[in-house]
Amino acid sequence: MSDNTNHHIVPYRTYGLILLLLLVLTGTSVAVTQIELTRWATVVALLLASTKSAFVLAIFMHLKFDQNIYKIMATLIILLVAVVIVLTFLDYGFR
Amino acid sequence: MSSNNTNHTGYKSYLEEDGGRKGIFKWILSTDHKRIGLLYLYAMMGWFIVGVVLGLLMKLELIAPGKTIMGPQAYNATFTVHGVIMIFLIVIPGLPAVFGNFMLPIQIGAKDVAFPRLNLFSWYIYVLGGILVIISLFGNGPPDTGWTFYAPYSFKTGTNMLPAALGAFVLGFSSILTGLNFIVTIHRMRAPGMTWFKMPLFPWSLYGTAWIQLLATPVIGITLLMVAGERILGIGFFDPAKGGDPLLYQHLFWIYSHPAVYIMILPAMGAISEIIPTFSKKTIFGYKAIVISTLAIAFVGYFVWGHHMYTSGMSGAALWAFSLLTFIVAIPSAIKVFNWISTMHQGSISTEIPFLWAASFIFIFMIGGLTGLVLGSLAVDVHLHDTAFVVAHFHFIVFGGVGFAFFGAMHYWFPKIFGRMFDKSWAKTGWITFSIGFVTLYGPMFYLGIMGMPRRYFDYLDEFHGPNIISTMGALVMIAGFLIILINLIKSARHGEKTTEMNPWGGTNLEWQIPTPPPLENFDEIPVIDKATYKYD
Repeated sequence: MSDNTNHHIVPYRTYGLILLLLLVLTGTSVAVTQIELTRWATVVALLLASTKSAFVLAIFMHLKFDQNIYKIMATLIILLVAVVIVLTFLDYGFR
Repeated sequence: MSSNNTNHTGYKSYLEEDGGRKGIFKWILSTDHKRIGLLYLYAMMGWFIVGVVLGLLMKLELIAPGKTIMGPQAYNATFTVHGVIMIFLIVIPGLPAVFGNFMLPIQIGAKDVAFPRLNLFSWYIYVLGGILVIISLFGNGPPDTGWTFYAPYSFKTGTNMLPAALGAFVLGFSSILTGLNFIVTIHRMRAPGMTWFKMPLFPWSLYGTAWIQLLATPVIGITLLMVAGERILGIGFFDPAKGGDPLLYQHLFWIYSHPAVYIMILPAMGAISEIIPTFSKKTIFGYKAIVISTLAIAFVGYFVWGHHMYTSGMSGAALWAFSLLTFIVAIPSAIKVFNWISTMHQGSISTEIPFLWAASFIFIFMIGGLTGLVLGSLAVDVHLHDTAFVVAHFHFIVFGGVGFAFFGAMHYWFPKIFGRMFDKSWAKTGWITFSIGFVTLYGPMFYLGIMGMPRRYFDYLDEFHGPNIISTMGALVMIAGFLIILINLIKSARHGEKTTEMNPWGGTNLEWQIPTPPPLENFDEIPVIDKATYKYD
């Protein structure tokens, strides 16, 4: 982790707002299950979960304030997982 | 490459530095990366002997049709435990745990790995995983699911499947922690001047491998927990009767277990990339191409798992996508083979034992790789799926690839590790006997598979008898070769001719510029790297 990160202090207000946002998104995840989305249900659930993860990574885990190399590494890993999920759904989506 | 570490008089080697501990404690409490590497070596050697004995029992059963020495249940248990031991306890930790631990810090000019205590902890986790596998042998009888633990049978069998799966789960943590340790070590502890493209190829292969260990292993962990949930709580993830999907298990299992093949083979390729230039006395051909192909294999290797499931009932769209990706992943492997052969071309080759293992690795690996493409073809796989052909292909890659590279690396780094030289005459006898036995053992299985002999049965039709006899004879020859190699190495490590020569093979990397055997922290002063690796002027 870079020296910049060590000196970066995120205000409690930001943490509080992100916590609130995560709670809202969790509520949304539950709420959308009431809607009949058929095959898109998984896509919506994954998008909501990914959005929540992105906030945790960026703010709580300080990736937003870190060196670019770590941002690139994290992005590549997320892309890799995304491709794995897409490939899995090439089976489930077209069976 | 230069090293400031030239004054070695009166030094104590890592074998003499015992940290004030006595007996076994100077090993099991040591955080020295070299001793930890040897701890893995000794543990794996013990497991390998068990795995070989189980393999031999299977071949003896198959020497004739019908029941020979065991019935179907014992046979199912034998191939399951053979697979669990060989995969999870030997080839997955394999070269990274032994030679990665020993050589990585030395090759990048560091005094140890980034987290030495975590490194020792990884070994303890490895031992714990092994104990769980042993426990699975007792009680209700050894597991009979195959090493793949396929659902729904894995949560219905009455045998001791759970401890074996738990063992694999625990062993995964050892793998993850080793991977994490290596990634941080390579990122943060390379010697001054060792840029990414001055780093030797073995550490590069460990780097690619470590990312797979870190990212893929958790998938098998959660999958095995899901199976435990099925067995204990009856949740229904994979149970069609409860709306679950058995194919989901196969997806999750192979999302880890196919990249795991690259955990096994990438470090093997790294070791071969060390041996070939040393014994060809020639700069490695296409260094950057080998590096990029290593990363490409590590990356694309994540996306080909579906080729294990062609006949499972996957969608057509998934079938063609996985087949296409399987053919793509063969390209970087072929690039490596091309580069190794080009390195040898017009080189000053000396046919020392490590080189013989490396050359035979290329031969065996190419057969394994090309038959993998045969299986990667959708239509052909329908015919060959679950036949002896798959067993032959798998063993040519995993045993041939990893095993030949492991023995090559063992002989290559043996004088550096133990400060003694092995008996070259016996080593050569062991190599030729083992190689002949290997091809005789697995070669006929290609034929048997094409002719339609299914795998994982204790019995077969009379028409398959002849090739099975040849195969069992091959197993006996191979084991004779293995015993020659093993006895020669053990005897040489204890009583072989002592050597303090720093560079007996004429290699160019840092391990050949420090004393033999290495001192506790490898270098008096951290070396400064001022030229590219593998340079033979």
